[in-house]
Amino acid sequence: MEKVLMKGNEALAESAIRAGCRYYFGYPITPQSEIPEYLSKRMPQVGGVFLQAESEVAAINMVYGAAAAGARTMTSSSSLGISLKLEGISYIAAAELPCVIVNIMRGGPGLGGIQPAQSDYFQATKGGGHGDYRLIVYAPSSVQELADMTYQAFDIADMYRNPVMILGDGLLGQMMEQVELPEFKENKLIKTADKSWAATGTKESRPPNIFNTLYLDPEKLEELNLALFEKYKAIESREVRAEEYMTADADLLLVAYGITARIVKTAIDEARKKGIKAGLMRPITLWPFPKALANQLSAQVKCILTVEMSQGQLIEDVCLAVGRRVPVHFYGRVGGMIPSVEAVYHEICRYAGMKDDALLELDAGIRYTYAEV
Amino acid sequence: MDQRVVISGFGGQGIMSMAQLIVYAGMMDGKNVSWVPSYGPEMRGGTAYCNLVVSDMKIGSPVVTKPNTLIVMNLPSLIKFEKSLVPNGLLLMNSSIISQRPARNDIRPYGIKINDLAVELGNLRTANMIMLGAYVELTKAVSDDSVFASIKKVLGGAKKELVSLNIDAFKLGAKSVHAMCAKI
Repeated sequence: MEKVLMKGNEALAESAIRAGCRYYFGYPITPQSEIPEYLSKRMPQVGGVFLQAESEVAAINMVYGAAAAGARTMTSSSSLGISLKLEGISYIAAAELPCVIVNIMRGGPGLGGIQPAQSDYFQATKGGGHGDYRLIVYAPSSVQELADMTYQAFDIADMYRNPVMILGDGLLGQMMEQVELPEFKENKLIKTADKSWAATGTKESRPPNIFNTLYLDPEKLEELNLALFEKYKAIESREVRAEEYMTADADLLLVAYGITARIVKTAIDEARKKGIKAGLMRPITLWPFPKALANQLSAQVKCILTVEMSQGQLIEDVCLAVGRRVPVHFYGRVGGMIPSVEAVYHEICRYAGMKDDALLELDAGIRYTYAEV
Repeated sequence: MDQRVVISGFGGQGIMSMAQLIVYAGMMDGKNVSWVPSYGPEMRGGTAYCNLVVSDMKIGSPVVTKPNTLIVMNLPSLIKFEKSLVPNGLLLMNSSIISQRPARNDIRPYGIKINDLAVELGNLRTANMIMLGAYVELTKAVSDDSVFASIKKVLGGAKKELVSLNIDAFKLGAKSVHAMCAKI
């Protein structure tokens, strides 16, 4: 396949079309506006629907409707826009409808800024909206992965009848890299997926399919919750994905996801030149979190360092996975600032007990140790 | 080969498109490439800068905090980024509007009067292509043919008539960097 040069946002949008998405509902917001911009041009070319809704709330409820009718559908936004969508996301999860939701994160809280952040990890993985529900959350770290994971997300959403979130950030969305776009999916393949549950009209041959998330009888609501619980357990056992980088002999384990993981990789390369045995575990699915791998790796290392563009959110899942076996340290930048390779390298040197004379002063950022052993 | 480049100047000087041509050409040469723009509530005349990487290896951080090549199109950019250049790094300056010398003496600075050359060529807006020619000549980071193909790809549509002008500007930059713009 030919390589093309594309912005992350555009590659994601094109990939959605190739995956068979024909219904996009959204509302512009930096740093993801290239997604609706691109789809406003492309959707009419493939006979799809692009609709700029009057608000994020409207857009997610349009997704709810399109998904209920059996369509491949997507919405995208950034951080505060996702906050507005959360009620709808909870409804979609309760109604067990497949869809793809993209969050290209920016700095918060509040209106925040427009520079990249990873401060919506909790929102994405711990619910955000009300009730016990889970999103399957993918964290791409390159333009290629933005394209590939968006493409797969539609299949996974259909397979589990569950909303899937692509969690990127402003840097990933705005940057360009070479990318091989996936093949166009055959329409018939998408159509043959079992969607007998969809609200497509009964033609008086079956009882109507109704999507209603109101259960006034607590026994019935518990039944729904138990069914969801079983589904989430199945997803946790089958869909965990993670990448390991130089972990084979590592005695210092870094954990980072998305674009931050790439900054960490470069810092690890530098540390390795000094003889420090650092390695990286990069969760690709944030939920389900790669608990078993984190636990297994924690047995071979002296300490763990998580690096995030947040005050420390991923670190909580790391701590839950490894218990109190080793100290878990944190380094992060917040508010739209990006950790530098040099700063991460410096942190690695500190925890490896090496003096790094290149950096006499600590770079800005948040540092702490989560679980003192 | 691992080119980690920062290009900086005023908005409107063609920073982003120049950087885009380099990574496009790099991709055609089979390299790994990344391009990160500065984005924000900015406007024409404000500061614009771009991080790019062209590498034989898989690219880790696409954010360039320690460039090995720095291209500055105006004085504020020189002041802002000179410190970040690695020792022995390459500095390319637009000496049409930067009269100041770089403060460091452990780098390889080149001054090139891109604005003057562009005016001679008949279009001030080709200044970025002249700088691009100088950069490619000095680093051989990407092949000339790939740059020409990239220019055709980018300008091939509505601005077709600008293709040869831009290629001429590129060649002028490549030629001039040795002839008139000796190392400062």
